[in-house]
Amino acid sequence: MSGREERPSPAGDGGVPALSVERLSKRFGDRVAFDDVSFEVGHGEVFGFLGPNGAGKTTMVRTLGTLLSPSAGAAVVSGIPLAPDTGPAIRRRIAIMPESPGLYLRLSVAENLRCFADLYEVPDPTDRIGRVLRAVNLVDRAHDACGSLSRGLRQRVALARALLSDPRLLFLDEPTAGLDPVAARDVHQLVTALSQRGVTIFLTTHRLEEAERLCDRVAILNTTLRTIGRPDELRERLFARTLTVRTRVALPGPDRVFAGLPAVDGWRQDGPATYVLAVSELAVAAPAVTRALVAAGAEVLSIGQSRHSLEDVYLELVDQVEEAGQG
Amino acid sequence: MRVSSRRVRAIVRKELREYRHNGFIIWTMAILPLIFLIQPLVVVFVLPPSASVRLSHGHPLLYMLGIPALVPAAVAAYAVVGERQQGTLEPVLTTPIRRQEFLLGKALAALAPSVTIAYAVYALFLACVGLFAQPAVASALLRAPDVLAQLLFTPLLAGWSIWVGIAISARAGDFRVAQQLGILAGLPTAVVAALIAFDVIHATLGLAIVLAAALLLGNRLGWRIMSATFDRERLISGTR
Repeated sequence: MSGREERPSPAGDGGVPALSVERLSKRFGDRVAFDDVSFEVGHGEVFGFLGPNGAGKTTMVRTLGTLLSPSAGAAVVSGIPLAPDTGPAIRRRIAIMPESPGLYLRLSVAENLRCFADLYEVPDPTDRIGRVLRAVNLVDRAHDACGSLSRGLRQRVALARALLSDPRLLFLDEPTAGLDPVAARDVHQLVTALSQRGVTIFLTTHRLEEAERLCDRVAILNTTLRTIGRPDELRERLFARTLTVRTRVALPGPDRVFAGLPAVDGWRQDGPATYVLAVSELAVAAPAVTRALVAAGAEVLSIGQSRHSLEDVYLELVDQVEEAGQG
Repeated sequence: MRVSSRRVRAIVRKELREYRHNGFIIWTMAILPLIFLIQPLVVVFVLPPSASVRLSHGHPLLYMLGIPALVPAAVAAYAVVGERQQGTLEPVLTTPIRRQEFLLGKALAALAPSVTIAYAVYALFLACVGLFAQPAVASALLRAPDVLAQLLFTPLLAGWSIWVGIAISARAGDFRVAQQLGILAGLPTAVVAALIAFDVIHATLGLAIVLAAALLLGNRLGWRIMSATFDRERLISGTR
């Protein structure tokens, strides 16, 4: 279950999504970075973009951020079609936090932010800088040289920089890469707060628990788009629903207990006294299984729905790709 | 196309702050002008009064135009490849800045210290000559047309040198290589200045006007050409 409760649909305000990508491809010569990718992201949605190294995640961010031009396909970014002459207009509405903070290390935090506030032509930059520094909890480090900060603090400065223009759509490229758990938690809290304020967030990450916790929907990319959906949807789509039954001692005739029960499609033993049942409808199967076990005199320790994490989904998909590649 | 003066100023201010904290750039700015100052001063101080006749036939002070021909290219060589190497180019290019604004900001930031240094070294040279050289030698060297030419050509030459430096910087993969190539690329201009200074090419008002017009045009074209050929994609991804 994702940590988020609101689940906006891709078409948000007035039916226009914050980000719409249609059959987008990017090639560098013969090398394909990503191919034929289509998806939509709704306003205020936190959209996770997952994939192994070299899958094309960063290239996608750079393409949607108008740093690279697509080889084919179309996209509408924050309501503006992606085209050679719309770059500045798109970049005015979005912000990108690259994987590497890319700060001017000889300049102070405030000097870095002032430069970018002017590049975005932010009105009242001093006030705005104060607000973003408070948002990332860095007010007391404003006059420190960025080179003297830890990696976690630099990442926070980069996040503050991305917030300067009050973007409607924020691209975060591996925002917690290399951060310790406390710094990563701070970034998570910020992402959640931004999302609650209605900022659309496009998050690329390797950390699957991060995607599961923060994202309304996730897409898994490995050059082509492998799947897209809510984390729980993906689990259901990829894995059969199962019930796991644990008893104190092994059942003498499990086939007699489980065969013919409504909504139970099959079973297998997974350990000395553990049984995994494939079911078509949990609400029907669970009471029936319970009754059957009681009737058989079994000493039941637990009956529960089997849980698959987003990591299981991810690994399943990546394994499928690798097997297809070997085949 | 509207050029945002605020964005240009943001780049200029940031560059000047970076120069101030970057010892490598400060040394680059300081060493070449010092060479241009000390060597001719030593020569001038030992010249006898009789040398004034020979000096009055040429324009030896124009030799100092080598400073704006060489120093700015070495500084501008840092402009793009330096940002790329320290990983700051991508964040800047993700802002609404246009490439024309980015390049103009970089050029102006390199121009300001280069011209200031060139004028300062020139003023120091004139002061030393006026105070310590033989009076006849000093009066042969300190001539109003030469001073005027120096004042006029310094920013023009510096501007040209900067566009050459930025062009190299946008294509180089390493800052030090870009700096060496920048100095090399500035050498032909410095050689022309030296040939005029030593009267190999005879200096006339007509020649000055033609050269000034050519440099003015070169500066304008330099900005246009660099803006047209500035390739975000290659700079960000290293490929196209």
